[in-house]
Amino acid sequence: MYVTVKGGEQAIDAAHAWLAEERRGDVSVPELSVAQIAEQLGRAVDRAMSEGSLYDRDLAALAIKQSQGDLIEAAFLLRAYRTTLPRFAHSLPIDTASMRAERRISAIYKDLPGGQILGPTYDYTHRLLDFTLAAGGTPPPVASAEPDGEALPRVPDILGQEGLLEPDEGSDATPGDLTREPLLFPAPRDVRLQALARGDEGFLLALGYSTQRGYGGTHPFAGEIRMGEVSVEIEPAELGFAIDIGDIVVTECQMVNQFKGSKTVPAQFTRGYGLVFGFSERKAMAMALVDRAMRAGELGEDVTAPAQDIEFVLYHSDNIEATGFTEHLKLPHYVDFQSELQNVRRMRRAAE
Amino acid sequence: MTEGYNFAYLDEQTKRMIRRALLKAVAIPGHQVPFGSREMPLPYGWGTGGIQVTASVLGPDDVLKVIDQGADDTTNAVSIRRFFAKTAGVATTTHTAEATVIQTRHRIPEKALRDDQIIVYQVPQPEPLFRLESSRVETRRMHGLADYGLMHVKLYEDVARFGQISIAYDYPVMVNGRYLMSPSPIPAFDNPKMDRMPALQLFGAGREKRIYAIPPWTDVRSLDFDDHPFRAINALEPCGLCGATDAYLDEVVTDDKGGRLFVCSDTDHCAERRDAGHVGKDGVP
Repeated sequence: MYVTVKGGEQAIDAAHAWLAEERRGDVSVPELSVAQIAEQLGRAVDRAMSEGSLYDRDLAALAIKQSQGDLIEAAFLLRAYRTTLPRFAHSLPIDTASMRAERRISAIYKDLPGGQILGPTYDYTHRLLDFTLAAGGTPPPVASAEPDGEALPRVPDILGQEGLLEPDEGSDATPGDLTREPLLFPAPRDVRLQALARGDEGFLLALGYSTQRGYGGTHPFAGEIRMGEVSVEIEPAELGFAIDIGDIVVTECQMVNQFKGSKTVPAQFTRGYGLVFGFSERKAMAMALVDRAMRAGELGEDVTAPAQDIEFVLYHSDNIEATGFTEHLKLPHYVDFQSELQNVRRMRRAAE
Repeated sequence: MTEGYNFAYLDEQTKRMIRRALLKAVAIPGHQVPFGSREMPLPYGWGTGGIQVTASVLGPDDVLKVIDQGADDTTNAVSIRRFFAKTAGVATTTHTAEATVIQTRHRIPEKALRDDQIIVYQVPQPEPLFRLESSRVETRRMHGLADYGLMHVKLYEDVARFGQISIAYDYPVMVNGRYLMSPSPIPAFDNPKMDRMPALQLFGAGREKRIYAIPPWTDVRSLDFDDHPFRAINALEPCGLCGATDAYLDEVVTDDKGGRLFVCSDTDHCAERRDAGHVGKDGVP
């Protein structure tokens, strides 16, 4: 005799308990602390903060611990948390020109005011597994020097003085916010940049890469990449002046792209912009490539490639949306499958 | 109830925003209204739209029923019901007749709904034209102009190639003679229940950030042709447990030798019939 399946509730409770045990792993191995993750898995924390759209290293580290290092799951935890938070204020635009830079490189000038600062990069490491790390220990002390206090003008501003780079017109308009308002088209650049900043690193990387391989070429030069601390300021209406509420680390990438000009615009360079939380150079660069690719339409270029298709990029860049919908296929679909079964049977009967 | 969260999880401002979208949706039956869908603590594609709509219409005196595939005890239905039991502290039920709000995925209950009930559908893809036109800028224009020729051509091509319309679920409907609408992935069998339903029908698509609605007693017509009228699809035999002949049936594989058992997908309907003494050929009295 057939008995209808019951027990979803017990199954869920048991699954959660099992998950907690799996997460902890072998109890003879010391438990990972949130502080250890925040300190020693910094790039993972950066990525979770960036895609989770929440700048909080400790919460991001907790999310990483909770998700067993699944960074999309960690970003999801952060998003679900941030959406419940009240909003007191909007910050003023951060001023990356006054960044306390740990890294600043330009690929288009040999030297420039403020100099090239290599910073803590993997770029020139040889990718050899370092077995001494397995043994643990403290790294040798790093040579340090007093900051020279020299200003770090932004490369686009240097180029802009000659009029060779398209001007970047500021705007006093309140920027759009995808976390409050639905995505609508045509999507203005502020909204596009927000979507990219929250977007999946892998997706943006692949799209940016595709533009380099001929799917919507943008002829990019890495005008400047900088990473370091910037101050976040808000201007409460009742005060009338800005107050500093803290510092965040961001990575900024300014791509400089060739542009042949058009009937109305003289030949000049155009911009692609990337800005992400933490130290995420790969994503900042990919973001800048995709930002520029999506400007094809407004610059009068042909729109032929996926990276140039604004609707395509914006609807598919969010990994929380993508993972939810891809993974929802594991939910029961037997009612629909049954109707397909009966449909196929009916069509086969009709064909016989 | 969970400490630190508002009643039914969402803050009141968000609920107000969603209710505004719902009012607009009710005023323009079948029209997709964009709304500022929030990130929920459940994944996109798992009912976040339905949950936000339910959270916005739920009051402390409501009685909530949640079904997935017609069943109250499927894991995702259990999870969503628990979410509201925890965040809103509302009473829950598995009985269709006792519920004031029913959130559903992929089914409409067999028992006819009343005018004091609300049914909330979880919608994965609110755009009925998405397989034919991928750009939402373009489909929005098509809805604006009621330019639905593409869908009629698709149905015509089905008839030309297969001799019948081949859509088995998420079968497109015309609402109030104006808007083409996705009924959500319910089996086509359920489509006729939407027509002139006394209950308010609300649809939430969280990931796609759209809400739409069918007010009570609205005409909902499944697209078809005069010479190829709409036909609901179902298994050809009665429920093995309760003997129902007018309910949608699931097919359960009972062995690896082709054994099949057909049972009601609506578990509450089936249990109620069995309690009333109905016995199918595989059931026990």
